[in-house]
Amino acid sequence: MENVHAIEMRNITKTFGKTVANKNVNLYVDKGVVMSLLGENGSGKTTLMNMLAGIYFPDEGEILINGKPVSIRSPKDAYAHQIGMIHQHFKLVDVFTAAENIVLGLKEEGRLDRKKLSEKVKAIADRYGFEIDPDKKIYDMSVSEKQTVEILKVLYRGADVLILDEPTAVLTPQETQKLFDVIRAMRNDGKAIIIITHKLNEVKEISDVVAIMRKGEHVKTVRTAEVTEQEMTELMVGRKVELNIERSTPVNPKPRLTVANLSYTDSNGVKKLDNVGFIAYSGEILGVAGIAGSGQKELLESIAGLRRVDDGSIIYTPEKSHPEDLVGKSPMEIRNAGVSLAFVPEDRLGMGLVGSMGMTDNMMLRNWNKQKGIMIDKTESRMLAEDIYRELEVVTPDIDYPVRKLSGGNVQKVLVGREIATNPSVLMSAYAVRGLDINTSYTIYDLMNKQKENGAAVIFVGEDLDVLLALCDRILVMCGGQVSGIVDARTASKEEIGLLMMKNSQEVN
Amino acid sequence: MEEKVPFVRVTRRQDFKKSSVWMIRILAFVIALVLGCFVFLLCGVSPLQAYAEIVKGAFGKMTGIRQTVKIMIPLLGTALALAPCFKMKYWNIGAEGQITMGAIGAAFFAINFHDKLPGAVLLAVMALAAMILGGLWSAVPAFFKSKWGTNETLFTLMLNYIAIGIVAWLQGGPWEGKEGSQIVPNFASNAILPKIGGIYCGWIIVLALVFFMYFYMNRTKHGYEIAVLGDSENTARYAGMDVTKVIVRTALISGAISGLVGFMLASGANQTIYSGIAANNGFTAITVAWLSQLNPFAMVLISALLAGLSKGSSSLKTAMGVPGSISDIITGIILLCLLGCEFFINYRLVFRHKEEKNV
Ligand SMILES: Nc1ncnc2c1ncn2[C@@H]1O[C@H](COP(=O)(O)OP(=O)(O)OP(=O)(O)O)[C@@H](O)[C@H]1O
Ligand SMILES: [Mg+2]
Repeated sequence: MENVHAIEMRNITKTFGKTVANKNVNLYVDKGVVMSLLGENGSGKTTLMNMLAGIYFPDEGEILINGKPVSIRSPKDAYAHQIGMIHQHFKLVDVFTAAENIVLGLKEEGRLDRKKLSEKVKAIADRYGFEIDPDKKIYDMSVSEKQTVEILKVLYRGADVLILDEPTAVLTPQETQKLFDVIRAMRNDGKAIIIITHKLNEVKEISDVVAIMRKGEHVKTVRTAEVTEQEMTELMVGRKVELNIERSTPVNPKPRLTVANLSYTDSNGVKKLDNVGFIAYSGEILGVAGIAGSGQKELLESIAGLRRVDDGSIIYTPEKSHPEDLVGKSPMEIRNAGVSLAFVPEDRLGMGLVGSMGMTDNMMLRNWNKQKGIMIDKTESRMLAEDIYRELEVVTPDIDYPVRKLSGGNVQKVLVGREIATNPSVLMSAYAVRGLDINTSYTIYDLMNKQKENGAAVIFVGEDLDVLLALCDRILVMCGGQVSGIVDARTASKEEIGLLMMKNSQEVN
Repeated sequence: MEEKVPFVRVTRRQDFKKSSVWMIRILAFVIALVLGCFVFLLCGVSPLQAYAEIVKGAFGKMTGIRQTVKIMIPLLGTALALAPCFKMKYWNIGAEGQITMGAIGAAFFAINFHDKLPGAVLLAVMALAAMILGGLWSAVPAFFKSKWGTNETLFTLMLNYIAIGIVAWLQGGPWEGKEGSQIVPNFASNAILPKIGGIYCGWIIVLALVFFMYFYMNRTKHGYEIAVLGDSENTARYAGMDVTKVIVRTALISGAISGLVGFMLASGANQTIYSGIAANNGFTAITVAWLSQLNPFAMVLISALLAGLSKGSSSLKTAMGVPGSISDIITGIILLCLLGCEFFINYRLVFRHKEEKNV
């Protein structure tokens, strides 16, 4: 291989105030290579890539493109150097079509010729195997379609280096496969691709080399074929780690939550839950699998009293007293009825936490109403915040620092920490490890297991079937708002669950 | 390709120390004063002398201070009333109307019951009536918003004109004094707030309100509910809060305080009621509330500043013959600088060819 790299970063350092986000990073990518960038939450992956994309400018060091030093001071500079980045939060104009978004901001000669534009977009899409309708409006699109538009946007601008920041975090396994096909097509076309992901199986599957970051430094770049998942994790964390999920046999399981004939229609008249029924037992983890949007979110929110269901019953059977139907009760009524129900929602900052408040004030979301009188006393919450800060090793400058500014993993630790501190008899969580690094993910699995051992009925909505199969006792599979099957996680196979996830759509087709 | 980079671009600032934020605000104020110098120079007066005259007029003599405080009372009171609404991201711009309704409530009892009730009781009843009317005037749009999602900005704004219209009608109709005068006669002496330190005792009431509001927003369950709801409605529901109740209750309390301001304006400052009794306090208070970042103690400072400017510039007019509109220009410059500096606190300008370094 020649010595000229598509992209080379030399001695890059970037600091934010006192935080050293990147320190002396040396890294390169070659044409026709897919490189994964792996590292714990907050290890500086996004920051490093943002310097290639012109969002940040390095404090020190230089960037070489095809062997020539360049300075990238803005996203436009990045495009001029054929670098395109797909960020985690998409930057698209909702009311425009895909094609309009793709040319937005480009100086084209003459009038915008929609037909020609659509054809041009279509041509790029066909070349790499994208499925896209150039005239569809963004607001009608799924997350995966929006991502496709973002990728097309950078390809249209002639990018030879593509950077994707956690592109698979929001995709279903099927969509991920499609994306990977596209990435392979682009690689074969001679493009250099950098992909950030926390999922080690994806690293193995898609990338040729993997660069590992730890605490802002580049530890090592290795050929993916020559390294195991265990080795990657240890390089990332910097010490030996145990990566297995212990699954104990449920002790004395009793029906804790009995859901029957539950139906829910949303405000648009779409039936999101259709006759759902299952039993969650104490001392067991019930996994919930399904393609995103199959009703998982609505199911949990209905149980939590946040949605008004059409029909059905949710019977809660406590250890000692009488069963109680939760349907028709508000969250506060559920709490006042003595049901200790913990809920880790999918939308962490939009539902589970108050982004502008610190840890202490966020702890109060659970107990603000317990105190007598009109006053609010923060002592208890502050103690709880300190406990969680210590026990879960939350990285924050101060327990009163706005949680919105913490990294994804730390936000989740605060949320999960608060919920399990209530000693719940039912613990529901939705996509609890989304965006979290492998080490933090295992911390979360451990916490779920501890709750199970404490006798809680744990309902774990997940997307990674391997994790569901390793962690859960039983798995409920949802499809189009219905329960398409409940399987024993100790004996079921991925294929079996995959089929159940698609059950209804096959019947329709 | 360097030419393609814009000469200057705007990026969001991350963290800024609290102390440096206040330094910037003070700097902005100083810049405003410097800009003001040019205005005075254009009018042919010495800027230093003019500023001295403003300060002297506003805070120099006891009579000046009293006047300043008199202007400050309704401004501060209304800003305090708006704080919880704005914290909740409920855009109540109807304080003007809520003040006016409060004044109507107070005037009703002042006019009809002054001979039936002893002084202290009458004043208490007037205050209560003012708070109820102001509160209701504010709670109605809040109720509509939480039930049917109507826009509170338009709704509260329209209610302002209705309230003012009602007073105009009362002024020329049922409450008119001399026929054809369109004036409501002055209240009887037992319907007038007593003076303390030469100013009607409203200043004690607003001062108490400052502490009350600080306590309410920071130490009570209600304050916590307001803060959570202001950040995210879903989180509030998740935490088991009754969103409708919180919105309506907060609007009610806010309106009641504005109503109380109306009572003070009618019973204390004007000793009567007229259609312009709110005198724009409902709108100026919005500026005060934002400039103070919804902090009640900062509101005392900001409202003192604006009231001082207003009083000082009217003495400037008499002392130096400067046209009255000049003082409006100066006030405008100061507000522009103070509001404008918030932009520099939140954003940073990055110049081309300059190293990008975090402050
Ligand atoms: N704009 C910023 N201002 C201040 N600190 C920042 C900023 N951006 C990132 N940081 C800090 O820099 C460090 C690296 O952050 P970065 O987002 O690059 O991590 P990451 O590896 O992408 O993490 P994740 O896996 O959670 O996405 C973190 O400590 C973060 O808090
Ligand atoms: Mg990142």
